[in-house]
Amino acid sequence: MPAIVVEGLERSFDEVLAVQGVDLEVAEGEIYGFLGPNGAGKTTTVRMLTTLLLPTGGRATVAGHDVVGQARAVRASIGVALQEAALDPLMTGRELIRLQATLQGLPSAAGRERADQLLERVDLEEAADRRVGTYSGGMQRRLDLAAALVHEPRVLFLDEPTTGLDPVSRKTIWEEVRALNEDGTTVFLTTQYLEEADQLADNVAIIDRGRIVAEGTPDALKTEIGNPHIQLQLAEGSIAKAEEVCARVGRLLPPVDGRTVLVEVPDGAADIPRVVRALDDAGIAVDSLELVRPTLDDVFVAKTGHHLEKEREDDEPEAVEA
Amino acid sequence: MNELAVNARVVRALGMRSIRQTFRRPQLMAPILIFPTLLLAIQTGGAGGAVHLEGFPPVQSFLQFMLAGAMMQSLMLAGNSGGIALAVDIEMGFTDRLFTAPIPRYTIVLGRLAGTAALGLFASVWFLAIGLIFGAEIHSGVPGVLIAMVLVTATAMAVGGIGAAIALRTGSASVVQGLFPLVLVLLFLSSAFFPNDLMIQPAKAIAEYNPLSLVVEGIRGPIIADVDLGELGAAVLAIAGIVALGLLLSARALRHRLRVG
Repeated sequence: MPAIVVEGLERSFDEVLAVQGVDLEVAEGEIYGFLGPNGAGKTTTVRMLTTLLLPTGGRATVAGHDVVGQARAVRASIGVALQEAALDPLMTGRELIRLQATLQGLPSAAGRERADQLLERVDLEEAADRRVGTYSGGMQRRLDLAAALVHEPRVLFLDEPTTGLDPVSRKTIWEEVRALNEDGTTVFLTTQYLEEADQLADNVAIIDRGRIVAEGTPDALKTEIGNPHIQLQLAEGSIAKAEEVCARVGRLLPPVDGRTVLVEVPDGAADIPRVVRALDDAGIAVDSLELVRPTLDDVFVAKTGHHLEKEREDDEPEAVEA
Repeated sequence: MNELAVNARVVRALGMRSIRQTFRRPQLMAPILIFPTLLLAIQTGGAGGAVHLEGFPPVQSFLQFMLAGAMMQSLMLAGNSGGIALAVDIEMGFTDRLFTAPIPRYTIVLGRLAGTAALGLFASVWFLAIGLIFGAEIHSGVPGVLIAMVLVTATAMAVGGIGAAIALRTGSASVVQGLFPLVLVLLFLSSAFFPNDLMIQPAKAIAEYNPLSLVVEGIRGPIIADVDLGELGAAVLAIAGIVALGLLLSARALRHRLRVG
């Protein structure tokens, strides 16, 4: 039985349709990456699947239970770590995990034991009796993850678990997610980081403007869109002229900035000399040139016509570890 | 463990968290104890001669008269602080943790109210102790003390229900905080700080129909005189009305929150 089944799921806020007929299926025991830019509908979808928000159309089951009609059974089967770590800065880490154990119906002694195990697992034993408000961003995310695991849920929802974290903290969370998955937990992971989806997910769905635009394994999605591209940075001069030249060799991709030209080439490395000669003949100086194999961002571009990474950079302030 | 026992454990755990939260956040504690204590000291020191006015009920001292008002002020502000704390929980996403747990949603509100009730109980003990230390007598003795404690605790919970409903509906701590002056207006338009018979219109008419006056008189009665069952019954009915209103509004606000996320 699939861990999650979603059919025609919709959610509107007044006149705005935030999620528009999402269909997806997540197999038991897989890591499912839900990839999209800010405002694409990721969090709204997760809030519906975790029973925090009623859908306005369609249906969904999680762990075999309907998210509307059997919401309490859904909540007993899931662990949730939402985008903003839902922590009380005035509680200690240990108090929070014990409270979570009580909320999940664990007897007192079992709750205390489980809290100790989880705090050790996420490497927070030493900080366990400090108030959460004194924790760094990475520590807070690890605590939030530990709280989500108190009752050993069948399905774990992680909503952008590494947003704003430094690379080391991000890697720690990734390792923990992999370990959980190896233990058999199904993980539904929303992210706006392509690398995160690429590294972790067995299957990926790309959502844009409330609709799923692509779904499959990361490799299958990249293979589907095909060719590698050449990324070249101009030393000087007009990008328009460089694009005109490159368009004779391959297919131009949407530019990421005013100095970089992206051109998809059918024969990969074999096409590099042709591009270099064409630019040289046109008198265009180049700072750097690189052959880039397809990434999930390329899949995103192919499916939506715009870059995910660029949107993220535009939308978000610089991510800094607290 | 049966479901009722499990839910009772959840309410107790959330109530304990609520109490800890209040004691760890001085800005929540100050309005509950410090402000009413200061006002009690100022009023008792500055307007103590009011007891000699014609129409003032027979009392041993102005402090004895004022104890019920101080407790009312404290419990009203405890209810308001409980609402603010719940709104802060909503703003920082902590309620999402509670809403995704397999517990009945009423336990979330009851947990918060249990914490507010405990603060009400604490406030009643605090002000009765102050009264006794500074020479106020509790006319009806131990039964009067117990009645005051029970009524203050129950009213704190009832008022907390209204605060919780506003917090759930608006999800904004600043909106709930903005009700602080209204709490004081409601109190001043009751017999909390001055006998109804000595008020002038229209305050007198408003105070007469203000349910808070019924509660105040229920608390004050056994402190300044013998227990009056009619007065006590009216106070219990008024508290029951506030509880019913708070629960109704909270239930509607919870449903609204689920609809809008």
